[in-house]
Amino acid sequence: MNALLPYTLTGVGLFCLGLHALLTHPHLLRKILAVNVMGSGVFLILVALAKRSDSPVPDPVPQALVITGIVVAVAATALALNLLLGLAASSGKAELAEDLDE
Amino acid sequence: METLTELQWIFDVLTGCGLLWLAWSCLSSRNLHRAVVQFVSFGLLMSLAWVRLEAPDIALAEAAIGAGLTGALLMASLARLPLSGSADIRALKSAERIAGARLLQLLRNSLLFAFALFIIYAIFFLPPEFSGLREEVATEIENAGVRNPVTAVLLNFRGYDTFLELLVLLGALFGVRIVGMQPVRTSMTSEPVLNILASLLTPILILVAAYLLWIGTDGAGGAFQAGAVLGAGGVLLLLAGWRPARALMASPFRSLVLLGPLAFVFVAVLPLLSGRALLQYPPDSAGTLIVLLEIAATLSIGLTLCALFLNVSADDGEQP
Amino acid sequence: MTPTDWFTAMLLGLGTIFFIAGAVGLIRFPDTYTRLHIATKTDNVGLGLIVFGLAVQSGSWSVAGKLVLIWLLVMLAGASVAYLVANGAISRGIPVWKR
Repeated sequence: MNALLPYTLTGVGLFCLGLHALLTHPHLLRKILAVNVMGSGVFLILVALAKRSDSPVPDPVPQALVITGIVVAVAATALALNLLLGLAASSGKAELAEDLDE
Repeated sequence: METLTELQWIFDVLTGCGLLWLAWSCLSSRNLHRAVVQFVSFGLLMSLAWVRLEAPDIALAEAAIGAGLTGALLMASLARLPLSGSADIRALKSAERIAGARLLQLLRNSLLFAFALFIIYAIFFLPPEFSGLREEVATEIENAGVRNPVTAVLLNFRGYDTFLELLVLLGALFGVRIVGMQPVRTSMTSEPVLNILASLLTPILILVAAYLLWIGTDGAGGAFQAGAVLGAGGVLLLLAGWRPARALMASPFRSLVLLGPLAFVFVAVLPLLSGRALLQYPPDSAGTLIVLLEIAATLSIGLTLCALFLNVSADDGEQP
Repeated sequence: MTPTDWFTAMLLGLGTIFFIAGAVGLIRFPDTYTRLHIATKTDNVGLGLIVFGLAVQSGSWSVAGKLVLIWLLVMLAGASVAYLVANGAISRGIPVWKR
């Protein structure tokens, strides 16, 4: 467990950094980056925990899940970027300015 | 030996700090262009972390997809955005000045902090002895047809996941087509070096993809990594200004995207005929079936990633 | 440690020195072009030394061949990309540093 501490803590940190940026930044591209960073944090925790025992071989199931997750993340990012481009083309803005008035 | 593990620990801590620092500067830097570049370096450092966590399969996937393809997608869409400057940070600063926002900010940050503490607490109090599904995979691996446990999980034990994932990719492609941002058609680039690089690297990338696919049954590699490398080759060609000919955009070629899901449906239903469960391959032909599935999935993934990039890629008309 | 190990250690150390020099240059050099120059050159040499050091350790020709292939590909990509970035910078009118 001790050996995995750096990576699990980093994963938690990444998730929270991403969540913070997702909530605070109005620019949508920044939000997409933030979601990607959050995903990386989750993947890091998953794989670090897969190594959590004395056995020399890490658990392959979370690793396979994370590979699946990485591909899904890139597909989601592509779709989000397309939506962003569509929004920018039709409104001329790539930000959520309405958030500021609340 | 003791010093070696200590050195490794220091290395891990440094990697973790580097990751956190890169993520922070990526998410808070003034310039979006800089943020994207920092995100790419973040992905590369992530793949180093995967190697340290004994997950070479993920390291390959992260280097090809997380750093490479996501970076290309982000860069391409950044070039097409109307204002790619520091406007968002300015908007953020003015948002912070609004009265009452301070309190909300404090509340939000303390909630986030409590959340982080809660996850750390949860991780710390997980039971220390834990075997997960390691034993099950180890006992079943003889019947799986492949020797790399991660490939066995992806294409045999948890075939459902991979099948549904191919459908997710397909769904993303459909979504992108529905949004309907048309790619700007450019002629072949006038940049000779990029042309030469693309024409030299594309065959090598196809070879690397085939190698990754082939080695994936025994070691690190597999359909996703191979598909990502194929996709990267396609992106390189698209960046060099090559566009598929009209004939290649016609429906027979396009339907190659469906090859992976269709192969999965076929292989999933096949065992039903001989009285087995869905996706339960007969052990003696599992290896062949998995390789066939992987070839189909690789082609589909590579093509889908290319198509996704084609739809966000920009017209770089401002360059001479 | 066998003589081979010492040889590897020396090569890896040398390679690391080149990488550090490249990083220092990347931070300290005044403009895009000189930074590109230092980054590409030192990375190519540093990676070459490290690849050579690892190839000596690998003990099999196929692994050594793959390592050398990686080095060649990195050199190809690095040189081309450095040229492309510099060309883009020139066409965008980024001035060349003069003393």
